[in-house]
Amino acid sequence: MKTVNIALPKGRLGEKVYELMKTAGYPCPELEAGGRKLIFENAEKCVRYFWVKPSDVAIYVERGAADIGVVGKDILLEYEPEVYELLDLNIGKCRMAVAGKASFRDSAVHTLRVATKFPNIAKTYYAGKCRDIDIIHLNGSIELAPILEMSDVIVDIVETGTTLRENNLEVLETIVPISARLICNISSMKFKAETVNTIRRSLEEQVRQGS
Amino acid sequence: MNEIMKSEERVIFALRKLYKQYGYQPFKMSRFEEYDLYVRNKDFLIADQVITFPDRSGKLLALKPDVTLSIIKNVQDAPGLVQKLYYNENVYRTDKNSHDFKEIMQAGLECVGDLTMLDTAEVVLLAAKSLAVTGLPFVLDISHMGLLNAIFHSSGMNDNGKQKALACLNQKNAHELNKVCTDYGCSTEASKLLEILATLCGTSDAVIPVLEKCLYTDEQKLLLGELRMVCSLIESEGFAGCVNIDFSAGSHMKYYSGVVFSGYLEGIPAAVLSGGQYDSLLRKMNKTSKAVGFAIYLDLLQRVLSQPENYDVDIVLLYDDSAMPTDVMQIASALRKNASVLLAKEQPKNTTYQTLMKIENGEAVIIHENC
Repeated sequence: MKTVNIALPKGRLGEKVYELMKTAGYPCPELEAGGRKLIFENAEKCVRYFWVKPSDVAIYVERGAADIGVVGKDILLEYEPEVYELLDLNIGKCRMAVAGKASFRDSAVHTLRVATKFPNIAKTYYAGKCRDIDIIHLNGSIELAPILEMSDVIVDIVETGTTLRENNLEVLETIVPISARLICNISSMKFKAETVNTIRRSLEEQVRQGS
Repeated sequence: MNEIMKSEERVIFALRKLYKQYGYQPFKMSRFEEYDLYVRNKDFLIADQVITFPDRSGKLLALKPDVTLSIIKNVQDAPGLVQKLYYNENVYRTDKNSHDFKEIMQAGLECVGDLTMLDTAEVVLLAAKSLAVTGLPFVLDISHMGLLNAIFHSSGMNDNGKQKALACLNQKNAHELNKVCTDYGCSTEASKLLEILATLCGTSDAVIPVLEKCLYTDEQKLLLGELRMVCSLIESEGFAGCVNIDFSAGSHMKYYSGVVFSGYLEGIPAAVLSGGQYDSLLRKMNKTSKAVGFAIYLDLLQRVLSQPENYDVDIVLLYDDSAMPTDVMQIASALRKNASVLLAKEQPKNTTYQTLMKIENGEAVIIHENC
């Protein structure tokens, strides 16, 4: 059987995903032992894991360095990688939302200033509403933008809404629910279909039981 | 000795030979095309942007992002007339991620005119044979846009829903397809069928019996017959293990109206071949002909076919002033029968070699060998 390379997102989500993989019958003692290695292999089970920055998972999978990976739907919507989206893992749940000051009232007279880490999602959303916007592309601390009047609203991921509330901001509209997705390289699905499908089915069963 | 011809060049020659064997004629086009052609058929292009420039008369020209449009724009409609053309051209497109323009080496063929089902099947067979030419394990995924359109036609979904459902099929995204069907009022029958298609993939023996049970209109069953016929013809030519029915293939392409297919080679992360039947494009050009064709992206083959050379040259042959120039030339010529030879007075610092030799007393002697 051919070895399947698996890109896991660094952080809590990746750890949860590894637990799912372990339950699915693909443990990797080497990975659990930690250390400074970058790639962890279980040759007997024909799997090789590596941790990558969550936003890079889709790149590794699209370019075939990883056969499968787990990535947030936000990344898939933003970068539109050419990959198969095989399963909604129903974990890492949050939502992509428009947020702003509670007092904010949108007026179509002005171009809407939107601060975001997700310009593509924001553009697509407002294009669907025929709303003229000015995208302010930021890389972090998005909530600062409306507080400092740099933007009217933000488009960002909202999990609990605590950060927003503590800064007198609130969710104005929900764009799309977000959760972690199992993705697969298109070509890997042709040449490693058996293992990929076995993994998918096993994860699907766990998702079903979990829900 | 290092091979003079690169692997991808050998593939190009093999493809030319293959296409000629099937009666295809070469098509050579200008590097430039009128921009207007691409504007009128923007939906057909894979590339979003086109490099344009004005010619001396002010007419806007473009560096061609596509070959198919240039071939079919001059097609003449006539009963019984079929044109079979192959090409090997560079096209210019923007990279999806960097947004920079790239020159892409592309080979392919187009079969246009009063086509029969056999003409279409032959093109799909040539796609399989084109992949086989590389010598690498390959998979050809085949789908049928006509069949998908027939399902959508009976589904009750509007165009927006259809596009979203197609995108889900393209991504094998069964979980969101379900939601799209619910949101856009898809009929129960169509919804169940689409959900099956999102995950259904395999040889025609495995897939067609499943489809026979699920399809529910005469039109759908008729189109399945086309798909069955194409698959059986290719399988009868010895490609049974390499051809799959997979409804994610080509379903993102507008204008495809019949059989569509994508080809994959082991070791290359994306499709290296894509094609299908695109009669709708000809209807848009007010032509009655049918058309089917494919392109194979040769630039993607480089990495798996061409192994980097270990050395710049096989032999560096050193000589000094004591050697007679005629002797030097004769010795070098003799060595060049089986190896590449660089003549040098001193050991070159920027050239790697397998064997370092020196001319001593009218003979070449080995000084050093890199293993």
